[in-house]
Amino acid sequence: MQAFITRETLPSLPPPSTLKGPIAWMRQNLFSSVGNTIVTVVLVLAILAALIPFINWAFIKADWIGSSRDDCTSGGACWVFVYVHLKLFMVGLYPEAETWRVLLVGMILVVTLAGLMIKGVPFKKYLQLFALIAFPIIAFMLLSGGSFGLPHVETNFWGGLLLTLVIAIVGIVAAFPLGILLALGRRSSMPIVKAICVVFIEVWRGVPLITVLFMSSVMLPLFLPEGMEFDKLLRALVGITLFQSAYLAEVVRSGLQAIPKGQYEAANALGLTFWQGMYKVILPQALKIVIPGIVNSFISLFKDTSLVLIIGLFDLLATIQGAFASPKWLGYAIEGYLFAALVYWVFCFGMSRYSQRVERSLKTTN
Amino acid sequence: METATQTKPEIAISLRDVNKWYGEFDVLKNVNLDVERGQRIVICGPSGSGKSTMIRCINRLEEHQSGQIIVDGIELNNDLKNIDQIRREVGMVFQHFNLFPHLTVLENCCLAPMWVRKIPRKEAEATAMEYLERVKIPHQAKKFPGQLSGGQQQRVAIARSLCMKPRIMLFDEPTSALDPEMIKEVLDTMIELAESGMTMLCVTHEMGFAKTVADAVIFMDAGQIIEMNTPDEFFNHPQHERSKLFLSQILGH
Repeated sequence: MQAFITRETLPSLPPPSTLKGPIAWMRQNLFSSVGNTIVTVVLVLAILAALIPFINWAFIKADWIGSSRDDCTSGGACWVFVYVHLKLFMVGLYPEAETWRVLLVGMILVVTLAGLMIKGVPFKKYLQLFALIAFPIIAFMLLSGGSFGLPHVETNFWGGLLLTLVIAIVGIVAAFPLGILLALGRRSSMPIVKAICVVFIEVWRGVPLITVLFMSSVMLPLFLPEGMEFDKLLRALVGITLFQSAYLAEVVRSGLQAIPKGQYEAANALGLTFWQGMYKVILPQALKIVIPGIVNSFISLFKDTSLVLIIGLFDLLATIQGAFASPKWLGYAIEGYLFAALVYWVFCFGMSRYSQRVERSLKTTN
Repeated sequence: METATQTKPEIAISLRDVNKWYGEFDVLKNVNLDVERGQRIVICGPSGSGKSTMIRCINRLEEHQSGQIIVDGIELNNDLKNIDQIRREVGMVFQHFNLFPHLTVLENCCLAPMWVRKIPRKEAEATAMEYLERVKIPHQAKKFPGQLSGGQQQRVAIARSLCMKPRIMLFDEPTSALDPEMIKEVLDTMIELAESGMTMLCVTHEMGFAKTVADAVIFMDAGQIIEMNTPDEFFNHPQHERSKLFLSQILGH
């Protein structure tokens, strides 16, 4: 047997320098062989063949500004359709003179969210409290009116993106704590608590959202005493929140299960109570693990809000569909759907990117 | 009574006829044990003999089904107040450290003092730094547990327990999960703690540690304490056949 024995510590060498830069990358990945080169060329051509007409239609030959369909003369996309209906798509039938209230709420929301998301903003704690407690009250007072001399705007008039966002945000914010409680309940050692949570989760998860909405709007009034009436939007919000919380509960539960038993034991051994241990030790870790799952269900909730159409609430998609169904604008469904897709995508992609940032910032090992 | 307590040493932990079952399996059989304040006890025995279970009963990580356990004058029963009170006074160090990976070393140490003892953050941090210095890792305070070696993590775990200023410390195989070269740094920390007069119960197979600091060695087998002696007597003249066999197996190689 032979071995070469090093007598002094060898210096650490830099890793071998391979070719870097975009050209080297393309050579390695796109043109590494004859076959690869052919596939690359064919695919690039195919993509161009599909993309060029679309760009041509959507941007180059498109009409952007005008007041009726007669302004669409270039033969491309008629974005005049969106331009004319923009107010309808954004706030529905909310009275023209009061739309500043929606804008104001939107601005407060954007500023608050920005403050929460940007690192290094001072007083984060107070900002969180503001976002969770003060903002919903302010937003409700402004949107609904009826006090401080603001005329009352019934929720029947709320619509478009405003309604979509109200439903999605309320659904997300209210379902989150409820989902955590349900997940904890399902893992509880107390048989009654556990049974209630299991039944709740399984029932709500087993029912389609459409059914939930339908029941909340059509059947619930039948069971209530005569004369007692709930706001239609409120009923939808309650239905969506309960529905969403059942889904979230299962996502959170999967995170709780991934936490090693030793963490619970360490928390107990240090004298933390059950709730303290949950709040400070278990949930921060469990929720971090399930961020992708949580965001997934938030994104699907955001898109599911379009189902409220069936109970007569006109969210973004419903107002767009209504607009291109009117005789004056028949035939502009493609523009309408593309616009809807773009708006939904912007919000969902935003959520996705933000969650990735949160995940990175919570990373604690290298 | 006053004079009696002065002459008679104070009892920190007392187990009377403690029994515990996992389903049908009898893990602890009539365990009786008195630990005086300031005593250092090493518990050893083959795996599955119930040694971990016994010390985990002392802070109610496991529930005993019959018998009586009195810790620091408080009886362990189903009263949650008693359990909370005992856990405050009893620190525990685990085989796998069980540090909270999402918190920094300093936050790990401050969490319980701030939430359980309601100590203000500044004060808790100062105490934490004191103990981190005692276990010789103050410079790692801002790091996360995942960035430390096993030995360092275990020393943080010891510091974390000490930050609650416990009167009793339990060690559940604190060096079993460590690489050989890190065992010493943890043992040194434990020896220093023992010399400061802490009441300690250690489940460990580190016989060097037992010889250096233990007042008594307990040998358990099949859920029972079958021998209790001073380290010298235990290692040189084990009484029981089972202890002789055990010692020959762990010392024989």
